[in-house]
Amino acid sequence: MAANGHEQTVSEYIVHHLTNLTYGKLPAGFVRDDGVVVSDAGLWTTAHGGDEIAAMGFNAVHVDSMVWSVGLGIIFCWLFRTVAKKASADTPSGLVNFVEMVVEFVDNTVKDTFHGRNPLIAPLALTIFVWVFLMNLMDLIPVDLVPEGLKLVGIEYQKIVPSTDPNITMGMAIGVFVLMLYYSIKVKGFGFVKELSLNPFNHPLFIPVNLFMEVVGLLAKPFSLGLRLFGNMYAGEMIFILIAALFSVGVMWILPAALLQVGWAIFHILVITLQAFIFMVLTIVYLSMAHEDH
Amino acid sequence: MNINLTLIGQLIAFVAFVAFCMRFVWPPIVSAMAERQQKIADGLAAADRASHDLELAQKRATEDMADAKREAAVIIDAANKRAAALIDEAKVAAVAEADRVKAAAAAEVEQERARAQEQLMSQVSSLALAGAEKVLGSEIDAAKHAELLKSLTADR
Repeated sequence: MAANGHEQTVSEYIVHHLTNLTYGKLPAGFVRDDGVVVSDAGLWTTAHGGDEIAAMGFNAVHVDSMVWSVGLGIIFCWLFRTVAKKASADTPSGLVNFVEMVVEFVDNTVKDTFHGRNPLIAPLALTIFVWVFLMNLMDLIPVDLVPEGLKLVGIEYQKIVPSTDPNITMGMAIGVFVLMLYYSIKVKGFGFVKELSLNPFNHPLFIPVNLFMEVVGLLAKPFSLGLRLFGNMYAGEMIFILIAALFSVGVMWILPAALLQVGWAIFHILVITLQAFIFMVLTIVYLSMAHEDH
Repeated sequence: MNINLTLIGQLIAFVAFVAFCMRFVWPPIVSAMAERQQKIADGLAAADRASHDLELAQKRATEDMADAKREAAVIIDAANKRAAALIDEAKVAAVAEADRVKAAAAAEVEQERARAQEQLMSQVSSLALAGAEKVLGSEIDAAKHAELLKSLTADR
């Protein structure tokens, strides 16, 4: 674990694991590690270290998060599309059976929670469930395997669990939030404004209070949705990294650390499924609320 | 926690995947499943119908059997009656035939007897004649005697 010639400390190890591979625009006048000063036009480049990432601000992309997230999404689409092509009324087998099981599970969950008629909800729930599950599943891959492997081919940072990136979880939560707003307005029209301003105190005097409370409540939904997934996965990943860091402490720690790693991984199988399920169910519930006309 | 363009990228990817799933994944799978469900329901209904049909057929078979038995009994009854009638008829015919045969036999016997009587009579007369001839020892006019005998037999 030697980096840049000196022995890597535990804290460096952890920070390294929590840093995204970032491609972004360095602002003009920024002094890089090697002394180069960025020109007036700015510089689109791959960031080296947290300082550069911080300097890039919003004009940056987490390449690893995007690649893994989109890649897993493509795997989901490809897998389910293969089955969709094969699906027929005949006896299903193998993969078709498995996919149909997932589809039926999602379909039942949607039917239990969402009582309106909207052809978007069920596919949306399926996409969220499987995609989030796959992204969470990356957490079970040993923490050092991919980053250290990619280091060998010169890629400095790699965070392979997209759902430990708030951009990813919030991106999806915002997508859900936009749908909530769209359907609220589409279904309730002006009633949506009434709902925001006349609840919970139905009196004209209380409209500002109501409006404030309801808007905060509304905005809290996407935040809680996105940050819940991020927080759980980030914490889980952090614990994996901490356990992995134990290996470098001493020989006597190898066995306990291995046991802890296995134990946490087994427990995490439950967590990643549960988090994917919660994200899906909350999406359905929020959209169901958006469709309910009082 | 760096919020950056990744957020937008993920939002776009999210929309794209949901759209793909909604268009190309969900409908075929769900419709195939619904179709299969329908097929199974149809199959079960058909099985139900078949078992019901079987029950009906069994009932009908039992009824047919009972009918056939009843019919057979009627036929046997009629046949018995017919047989009895035939036997009666035969008996009557046989009795009549027997009577006829008896009558014919009786007539023949009578005829025979008459003939035997006649023969006997003629033999007796010739015997008597011969006897008388012997007794008388004289010639006797046969023709006269025959006439005499005839009147004698006629007297008897």
